[in-house]
Amino acid sequence: MLYSPAPLHIPDGFLSLIVSIICWVITALTLGAAISRTNKSLGERQIPLMGVMAAFIFAAQMINFPVAGGTSGHLLGGALAAIVLGPWAGMLVMTAVIAVQALLFQDGGLLVMGANILNMGLVTAAIGYGLYRSVSSGTKTARLGVAGVAAWLSVMAGALLTSLQLWLSGTSQLGIVIPAMLGVHALIGVGEALITVFALAFIMQTRPDLLGEGSESAKAGRGWIYAGGLISLLVVLLSPFASADPDGLERVAINMGFIDTGRSAPYEIIPDYTLPFLGETALSTILAGVAGIVVVGILIVLVGRGMKAKS
Amino acid sequence: MHFDAFDRYHDHDSFIHRLDPRVKAVVTVVFIVSNALLPDGAWFAFGFAWLFLLFCNLFSKLGYTYTLKRSIIALPFALIAITVLFSIPGNPISTFRFLMWDFTITDAGLLRFISILIRSWLSVQMAILLVAVTRFPDLVHAFEHLRVPAILTTIIAFLYRYLFVLTDEVFRLLRARESRSAAAPGSRSGGGVMWRAKIAGNMAGQLFLRSYERSDRIYNAMLARGYAGHLYTLNPHEMKSADYYATAFAIAVIFLMQVIGRF
Repeated sequence: MLYSPAPLHIPDGFLSLIVSIICWVITALTLGAAISRTNKSLGERQIPLMGVMAAFIFAAQMINFPVAGGTSGHLLGGALAAIVLGPWAGMLVMTAVIAVQALLFQDGGLLVMGANILNMGLVTAAIGYGLYRSVSSGTKTARLGVAGVAAWLSVMAGALLTSLQLWLSGTSQLGIVIPAMLGVHALIGVGEALITVFALAFIMQTRPDLLGEGSESAKAGRGWIYAGGLISLLVVLLSPFASADPDGLERVAINMGFIDTGRSAPYEIIPDYTLPFLGETALSTILAGVAGIVVVGILIVLVGRGMKAKS
Repeated sequence: MHFDAFDRYHDHDSFIHRLDPRVKAVVTVVFIVSNALLPDGAWFAFGFAWLFLLFCNLFSKLGYTYTLKRSIIALPFALIAITVLFSIPGNPISTFRFLMWDFTITDAGLLRFISILIRSWLSVQMAILLVAVTRFPDLVHAFEHLRVPAILTTIIAFLYRYLFVLTDEVFRLLRARESRSAAAPGSRSGGGVMWRAKIAGNMAGQLFLRSYERSDRIYNAMLARGYAGHLYTLNPHEMKSADYYATAFAIAVIFLMQVIGRF
């Protein structure tokens, strides 16, 4: 009742050692930058603030709203944290949240924590803040609209990265994991976007000073616009490509030396990720993805029911 | 709600409980790395790792099924790995029809799938054991000793300290929502999905403001008690000779596990 696991946290054992280590290196470098920036710009006053804000994100994830069929929407919080606290502080806050989820609740592993922080804390904060910053002097409607899009994209980016890591580790098949993960998270992302937008609207109405000129939210440099924009562009370009042509992505990865074991797999579950009678078209790939989503969705609902009945 | 409502610590007086938190954190991480290093199908090594876990369970006086009972949490994620059953080339074991597709399970795929599950299952049990035998504030302090940057460990310590306060706050918000959402029997209360999302968003915004304002009061209260940018603890956290022996023993056992897994 107090805490329910979210679907993006990878447990230990599902990523190979080398993928885990690469993710840890990227995460550690980014966090190092975040720490040196926050140490410079923040006073000791900010430390309790960030700690309580981390507890806020954790607690806010417990607020949910019923959607349909027993599922509910709730917050991951990466974009919201970065928008209200600034990008570096948002990243540190999300790191603390993910670390406590892994350490205390075993939601997400320890060796793969680098990957989990990267997927759910760093990329979400960069996209959330970067896109929001590009309109931070615009009208209220523009800011809220962009914040919503940024929140949705941040969830999709996390799902895409998770899928790629699972595939590089040889745990999942690219043609199934990408459509399934992106499909499920396209819905989860809508919940994220709605809560983020309405929470921001509420804050703008009651405490506009926290988001206006001179606030933590407006201080960070304009470079974030490019960083966030670039990552968003990558997600937007890569997702349809990866969903429609996973073999193409696999070829690129092999050419660039990403995978040492090019697995020539006999794709018997859905031959070449397409449904036989439809031929090799994008439509057929999308339908195969939808079939994957439906199967995974049904299984998730069943597992969820089982767990609920027990507790 | 009590301040340690979230801690999974089980108070016993055992050898493992008395070990320095640094030792327990390091051995847990080495154990998990070792699991990731074991090749697929290293059944003897997996069995050995499980025996090591049982041994740790027993020596913690938790009962040998303690971590076993709590280890199902990572199970739903196994769905993600299910595709390896069909995708790795090898000798077909069984084929079945589902809707319009033929699924062929290969022996190599099955081997990989089971190996992934076992690795995950062993690792999550060690992590469960770690928080069962170590108080969470001690664990955070151990990470500070292990050179995790102080700003991160401090944020984590604050997160842990105020989580139960803000959880109480969330429960107040949820209770308020419920008491305002009364409905006559048989009819549904409230509006559509958008309306519900708006309420949830406003609650998150409300929670943010309450947390933000609370952090101000917390800071002032800390200043009043002499806070100067650093947190202190009364636990000495000194490595004793037993701590060094226990670390060496555990690392040797894990090394043996690797040797068994490779021959």
